[in-house]
Amino acid sequence: FIQRLLRIEVSLALKEGRISPTELCRKCLNRIKKTHHLNAYITVSEELALKQAHEAESRLSKGVSKGPLDGIPFAVKDNFCTENIKTTCASNMLKDYTPPYNATVVQKLLDQGAVLMGKTNLDEFAMGSGSTDSAFGPVRNPWSYEAAYREKSGADPDADWVIAGGSSGGSAAAVASLTSFFSLGSDTGGSTRNPGALCGVVALKPTYGLVSRHGLIPLVNSMDVPGIITRSVHDAATVLGVLQGHDVKDSTTVTDHPTPLTGLPDDFDPRNIRVGIPKEYHGPGLSQETLAQWSRVADMFEQAGFQVEQVSLPHTQHSIVCYHVLCHAEVASNMARFDGLEYGHRSDVSSSTEAMYAATRHGGFNDVVRGRILSGNYFLLKQNYEHYFVKAQQVRRLINEDFRRVFGSGVDVLLTPTTLSDAMRHTDFVQEDNRTRSAQEDIFTQPANMAGLPAVSVPTALSSRGLPIGLQLIGPAFQDRSLLTVAQWIEQKVGFAPIRYHGDAGEGEIRVDVLPSTPTVWEKNYLIPC
Amino acid sequence: MSVVNYARTLQKVILNIGPRCYHRWVTTASVALRIRDSKQNFRCRLWCGLLTPVHYQYSTEGNTSKVPSVATWEPVLENQLPPAKQVPADLVDKLERLALVDFPNQEGLVCLKKAIRFADQLHVVDTEGVDPMDSVLENSLSFRALYLREDVVAEGDCADRLLQLSKDTVEEYFVAPPGNIPLPGREEC
Repeated sequence: FIQRLLRIEVSLALKEGRISPTELCRKCLNRIKKTHHLNAYITVSEELALKQAHEAESRLSKGVSKGPLDGIPFAVKDNFCTENIKTTCASNMLKDYTPPYNATVVQKLLDQGAVLMGKTNLDEFAMGSGSTDSAFGPVRNPWSYEAAYREKSGADPDADWVIAGGSSGGSAAAVASLTSFFSLGSDTGGSTRNPGALCGVVALKPTYGLVSRHGLIPLVNSMDVPGIITRSVHDAATVLGVLQGHDVKDSTTVTDHPTPLTGLPDDFDPRNIRVGIPKEYHGPGLSQETLAQWSRVADMFEQAGFQVEQVSLPHTQHSIVCYHVLCHAEVASNMARFDGLEYGHRSDVSSSTEAMYAATRHGGFNDVVRGRILSGNYFLLKQNYEHYFVKAQQVRRLINEDFRRVFGSGVDVLLTPTTLSDAMRHTDFVQEDNRTRSAQEDIFTQPANMAGLPAVSVPTALSSRGLPIGLQLIGPAFQDRSLLTVAQWIEQKVGFAPIRYHGDAGEGEIRVDVLPSTPTVWEKNYLIPC
Repeated sequence: MSVVNYARTLQKVILNIGPRCYHRWVTTASVALRIRDSKQNFRCRLWCGLLTPVHYQYSTEGNTSKVPSVATWEPVLENQLPPAKQVPADLVDKLERLALVDFPNQEGLVCLKKAIRFADQLHVVDTEGVDPMDSVLENSLSFRALYLREDVVAEGDCADRLLQLSKDTVEEYFVAPPGNIPLPGREEC
């Protein structure tokens, strides 16, 4: 039951000696074994985790904790480089690649004493929106095995399991299935927020330039951001506080960033906050239930005194097309480094360098990646460069201007849906190809990447099929702290219940909430063992 | 009955009714606080939560007009788009040579054509006089050029570790097959 605690409670529990880091680590490792069918992990770093847990334990016993994350288990998406641990990007190309260095964000977490459980599964090279196109098999959504899904939709989890969302599906599934307390994902077009919404966890995409990308195997250099997936908004704020900051190894990180978050303010006057509802975010295919949740939370804001208004971002519907072109073009460029010569898979063809490269890339990449590289190269051809690539860059500026105008007029945060609906069944999802699905699933999430703005997905409720629905908040650049404050308010108000495994039915742990008398006081959780 | 015992009984009732109920554990203390918030809503919630399985989570009570009730996108018609681009065989060859990946099969070519048609939708947007945007860092707190650090060697000396990553090396060299041999074309294969 201990895993169902929020990180803040576990941290406290560790400090008070109610549980030791090694015990916690072991419980999480057992949980990983029990949830093996979810296929959330590619590599489980058992020995390293136990070693780190032992070190954390000795530190705690001496009373010299490294910080709020000391001894806390976490997982990392498999496109972040981790020293001496296989980093595959879920691809044959890097199947046996072991990086000689740690990504900056991973290093920062390890320096804080967090315990690395393993590397999680994803869509190959983070291209996809379902975590279904991995060389190691698709990721299953932990909610497929929950009683709510089984009862409400009468489905058989083994045949009708639902997707975890993508491309950081493994990271979201790891946090949702209680095998780690937080995880790192990467967000290029919604790759953290999409699985976060479908798996019922909090998923944050920080402002572009706030968190270092050194060690994150790049997909789209102008849009990639390491994402943070946690079970509560407060945890997301803590992890962001640790990760943010200028990195000399990543020149796209800003030097004049805001001071690190030490916590979220617990008093703000709702009447001072203006919430915008962008009308273009009711896109085609939005499910009735997601729309109802969107309305419900908008109502909540209004009833609590926030100033809620409808706003317009006129170029939203073209944002996905713009993203499509820029993404493919940058992918074509970034994937050029995989030629088999210095690292990764290498074919046996040796008639010429070009033949070897071509054969290596044929064997190393799957259809999705090859398709994107080819269309990216098409858009970058001299005859097409102005027509597609430069045009897309111009549209990107228009989208950026839309956001600037809205935030400049005094709106503090935008409330939108994260995904079109709750998680789809895998059998239904694979009916369409990857490109079509990405174009459908990313429509609400990628505008924030286009403009480099912070965005967070917060789970709000279960759908009629028993699966989570999440809503997205987008804030102005570098206002991550304010964004998370509003997100925390929603979290406290909606009362989304965490997953409870049918396997835990006998454990009898109950969370009791004392509701805040005003929306500004933190939720306190008391455990009453039965 | 103490507050804690009352809470326990309440919770047992809710647990027994099952997951279809509104997932909110209530205590006597919170009951009082909620009544102060909104009598109407709370009574509905308590009643529903205790006795009737109800899908409260997504009720549309008090639907605000701020959230649009219908989709607001304007469909892009085929006649608004420029004429569909052709992808002749020599262009396919050129792309394969530039990208050094081959089209998986005919489906791959169909996929490319669909991707191009999708991208053609960009042309309904009027971008007259708009500067292309390279990077969102223009938005950063103080507009500046990309940060460059001092040109001094800070780390390195790890040639061994890097060479180990490759499959074919000789001393300190990566071994590559002979270069300057163009990829055979489709007809030559």
